Amino acid sequence: MNASHHPSDDLLWSYAAGSLDEPSSILIATHLSLCPACRAVVAKAEGMGGELFENSGTADIDAGSLDAVLARLDETEEAPRIALETVGEEAESVSVPRPLKDYLPGSIPSLSWRWLGPGVHYTAIKTEARGPKVGLLRIAPGTKVPMHGHSGNEMTMVLAGGYTDATGNYQRGDVEAADDGLVHQPVADAGEECLCLVVTEGELQPTGMIAKVLQPFFRF
Amino acid sequence: MFGVHERFDVPRPPAVLMKGSTAGSRRGRRAVIAKKSGAAATSDTVVMTELLVLIAQHRDKDAFSRLFAHYAPRIKSYLMRQGANQASAEELSQEAMVSVWRKADRFDPTKASAGTWIFTVARNLRIDALRKERRPNFDPEDPAFVPEAETSPDRAVEVGETQVKIKAAIAELPEEQAEVIRLSFYQDKPHGEIAEELDLPLGTVKSRLRLAMRRLRLALGEEQ
Repeated sequence: MNASHHPSDDLLWSYAAGSLDEPSSILIATHLSLCPACRAVVAKAEGMGGELFENSGTADIDAGSLDAVLARLDETEEAPRIALETVGEEAESVSVPRPLKDYLPGSIPSLSWRWLGPGVHYTAIKTEARGPKVGLLRIAPGTKVPMHGHSGNEMTMVLAGGYTDATGNYQRGDVEAADDGLVHQPVADAGEECLCLVVTEGELQPTGMIAKVLQPFFRF
Repeated sequence: MFGVHERFDVPRPPAVLMKGSTAGSRRGRRAVIAKKSGAAATSDTVVMTELLVLIAQHRDKDAFSRLFAHYAPRIKSYLMRQGANQASAEELSQEAMVSVWRKADRFDPTKASAGTWIFTVARNLRIDALRKERRPNFDPEDPAFVPEAETSPDRAVEVGETQVKIKAAIAELPEEQAEVIRLSFYQDKPHGEIAEELDLPLGTVKSRLRLAMRRLRLALGEEQ
């Protein structure tokens, strides 16, 4: 089933231009693995980039440049990419798209999950990049995530299971962007644990009573 | 940096791609065109795409030299606009062209023109080398990858036509929209910084980008 909630064109274009930060790019590339429609948007934006690239000027290259490159063409080429890792594959219950898998040290269950609240666990994904934080959120079936607002942008993409909030129902591949105005209370669908990739810019701001108690935990 | 004198070329239809009726005859004719055009490489998308196919299929160094003459100066210019100094832009341009040679077999003429594909190679190298970040990319070989529902047999024709339409659409963009598009693709800046540089509210930058995207979609016949 293809995704029905997509990232904004703005994000897809930034990804195509190469100006999007690395944490957000992980989420976008993961979504693109699952969404032919958004890949088509990115392909067009890249077509635009290619057109600008063709027509936005040239810089003189050094005299020996071509010869230097030709001399390198017969060098042994880099080793072919190894096939996808099989380590931990059998333990994997979720099919994790490669752009995300490349950042994970092991299978989903083997990651070091931190308890955030009843039925909610989080693990941070390490990047070298500055910018927003990226991590995975596991929500037990039927769990209500405490009502919270956002002090910055938050992007969530479902990898397994699903959840529902006032804006709709989200399933594998779906992306929800919450800006600093949105206050929501996602509820995980019954039946299956909900696994989400989350990119957060600011701190989450709990609004309910229980959430206030949990506030220290919500600082990813 | 981007004055009005830098107009985009008038679009030229890729005649060869548009005439071909079967994959076989098209490939044959494209090969002839590539040979005929000689050392004076033109900016013709079709010729460059054909050169890249020759490199992928026959490891053709003459084709590579011609491709280099056309694209190395463009890659270098792109990198310098992104903040690389002359020496590092030179080094990275060479690196990018070595990459083009090595990865040529991954180029798919049914998905992109040569210029677009080489732009993505240069872009990824830039993120890696200048921004010191990784570039997450989707991988069609990934078992989790969801493929397109169908691929049209004449995709290469469509790519050529699409590129011509994109070119025309860019040429017709109002300057204020063209400016944000260029800054977005040509400087490694998030939209917030572009807004600061142009002394505009972020919302204005985003709405100009949206308008430009909409025009592009209209030009590609996606919205009525």
